[in-house]
Amino acid sequence: MIIVLLANVLPLLATSPTLGEDPASRFIRLLTVFLLAMWVGFEVITKVPQRLHTPLTSGSNAISGVTVVGALVVAGSLTTGFGTLFGLLAVLLAMINVAGGFVVTHRMLEMFNPKKK
Amino acid sequence: MSSQVWINLAYLTSSMLFIVAFKQMSGPRTAVRGNLLGAVGMAIAIVAACFEQPVTTSIAAHGFWPLLLLVLFAGVGGGIGATMARRWPMTGMPQMVALLNGFGGAASMLVAAAELTSTRAVARFEEGTRQAVAVASLEPWTQFAIAIGLACFIGSVTLTGSLVAFGKLHELPQFKKPWDNPNRKWVSLALALAALFLMWGVFSTSQLLFFLLLVLVAAALGVTLTLPIGGADMPVVICLLNSYSGLAAAAAGFVIDNSVLVIAGSLVGASGLILTAIMCQAMNRSLIGVLFGGLGTTATIDADEVYAGKIKSADTEELAMVLEQADRVVIVPGYGLAVAQAQHAVRELADVLEERGTSIAYAIHPVAGRMPGHMNVLLAEADIPYEQLCEMDDINPTFPETDVAIVIGANDVVNPAARNDPDSPIAGMPILDVDKAQTVVVIKRSLSPGFAGIPNPLFAADNTLMYFADGKKALIDLTAAIARD
Repeated sequence: MIIVLLANVLPLLATSPTLGEDPASRFIRLLTVFLLAMWVGFEVITKVPQRLHTPLTSGSNAISGVTVVGALVVAGSLTTGFGTLFGLLAVLLAMINVAGGFVVTHRMLEMFNPKKK
Repeated sequence: MSSQVWINLAYLTSSMLFIVAFKQMSGPRTAVRGNLLGAVGMAIAIVAACFEQPVTTSIAAHGFWPLLLLVLFAGVGGGIGATMARRWPMTGMPQMVALLNGFGGAASMLVAAAELTSTRAVARFEEGTRQAVAVASLEPWTQFAIAIGLACFIGSVTLTGSLVAFGKLHELPQFKKPWDNPNRKWVSLALALAALFLMWGVFSTSQLLFFLLLVLVAAALGVTLTLPIGGADMPVVICLLNSYSGLAAAAAGFVIDNSVLVIAGSLVGASGLILTAIMCQAMNRSLIGVLFGGLGTTATIDADEVYAGKIKSADTEELAMVLEQADRVVIVPGYGLAVAQAQHAVRELADVLEERGTSIAYAIHPVAGRMPGHMNVLLAEADIPYEQLCEMDDINPTFPETDVAIVIGANDVVNPAARNDPDSPIAGMPILDVDKAQTVVVIKRSLSPGFAGIPNPLFAADNTLMYFADGKKALIDLTAAIARD
C-alpha cells in the first residue's frame, strides 16, 4: 500500500511547477523527492530474491545511465566548446551504459525463462 | 500547455516506469517485462530531453545540426553498448557490469563539468535573464555549487573504482595481487581529506580549478579504495559502485534541476546499498571491514594439523557408485565453477542423475562468485531450471536428508569452522551446512586454501571424499562413468 501511494505521489511532487519558486524551496523539493525515492527503492528492492540479484544489478546499472538525459540537455545547448565536448562525451558513455545494461539484463532474464523461447 | 509541461509529463511517465521496473524484478517471469518497461521509460526520457528548452533554442539558432550531433553520439554509444552486451560471455558478467558502472559514473561527472563551464560562460558573456540565472547559480553554497561538487566527486570515484574492479575481475596481470602496502589506509585517508577540502572549494567558489583538482584527487581515491580489495570481497565492491553510480546520477539531477535523474538515481542508489548490506551480512563482516580491513589472517591454523592423515580421496569409479545410489543430490557451486566454465558440465551430470530418478537441487550461497547472484546466472545459462536454484536459508535444513552434496569450486562458504570455531577468522559467517549431508564430495584441484587463507576441516571430515581434478574434466568423467553403468 505504502509503496503504491508513494510511487504515485513522488513523480507529482517532482514535477510541480518551478516558476517563481525560490532556490531554497526548489532544493528542498528535490531533496524530498530524493529521500522518498530512496525509500521506495528500499521497499521495492528488499523483495527481489537472491536468485535475481545479478539481473537486478545490471538492470539498475542501466537505469543509472539516466544521466544521459542531463548529458543531452547540456550537450545540446552548445553554449561553449568545452561544455559541448564534455556533454557529447557524457552522451556517448551514458548511452553505452544504458544500452549495454538493458540488453545484457534482457539476455540474462531470457536464460531464466528457457521455456518461453 | 507549454512544451515544458509535456516534457515534465514525459519525465513523470519515465519515473513511474522505472519504479514499476524495479517492482517487477521480484520474479523471473515478470522481470523480463520489468526490464523492457525500464528501457521504454529510458527511451521516453531521452526523447523528452531533446525537446528541452536549451536544446530547442540552440536548434533555432544553428539549424538542425546540434540535434544531429546528439543523435550521432547517442547512436554510436548505444551501438557500442548493445554489441558489447550481446557478445560478452556470461562468465564475464561481473567485469561487464563494473565497466558499465564506470561509464555511468564518468557520464555524471562530465555532465557536471559541462554544466559548470557553460554556466560560467553564460554568467560572463550573455545579457538578460539567462545571465541573471547563471550568476545566481554560481553563488557560493547554492544547490548548483553543492551538486556540482558531489557529482564530480562521486562520479570520479565511481569511474576509477570501477575500472580497477574491472581489471581485477578480468584478471589483468597488473591487478593480480591485492595492494597490501601497510600505509594504504593513510594514503586513502589523505586523499579523502584532500577531496573534502577541494569539495569545500567547489561549494564556496564554483571555480573550475577546484573542480579539475577534485576530479584528479577523487579519481586517485577510487583507485586506492578498490586496489586493496581481494577477490571474494568483489561482490561488495560491485554493489557499492552500483550504488555510487546511482547517487552520481542523482547529484547530476540536482545540478540541472531534473526530477527524473533524481528519482532514477536514488532508486539505483538504494538498490546498491541494500545489496551491499546483504553481501556484508552474508560474510558476517562490516562494510568498513571489507573496505579497509582485509581479512585478519593472523590467527593461522596449521593446515597439516587439520588435514594430516584424514584426507580420503576417491577415484571416478568410486564416486560414480556413490552417486548412483543417491536419492537426493545437492550441488554446491562456487567461483571455481565460473573459472572452470563448468556450468554446462554440471548440467550434464545432473541430467544423467535425474534420468536415474535422483532428485537434484543447487545450493547457492549469497556471496558465491564475484557478484551478487553470479552462480544463478551461470547455471541459468546452462538451462538449469530456476526452481532448482535454492537460497541458503531454504536449503540448509534439508542437508541432513541429503545423500550426497557435491562441492565444486567453493571453499570458505562451506567451511564448518565458521560455525564451530569461535577463533576462526570467518567465525559467525553464515555457511551452507554441507557437512551434515550423508556424503560430501569435494571436487578441487588441491588442498589450497580459499580466499580467507584458512584450512577447511570439511575436507578432513569422515563423510567427505576428495576428488582432486579440474572441475570441468571431473564432471565430464563422472557423467561418462555413470552413463556407462
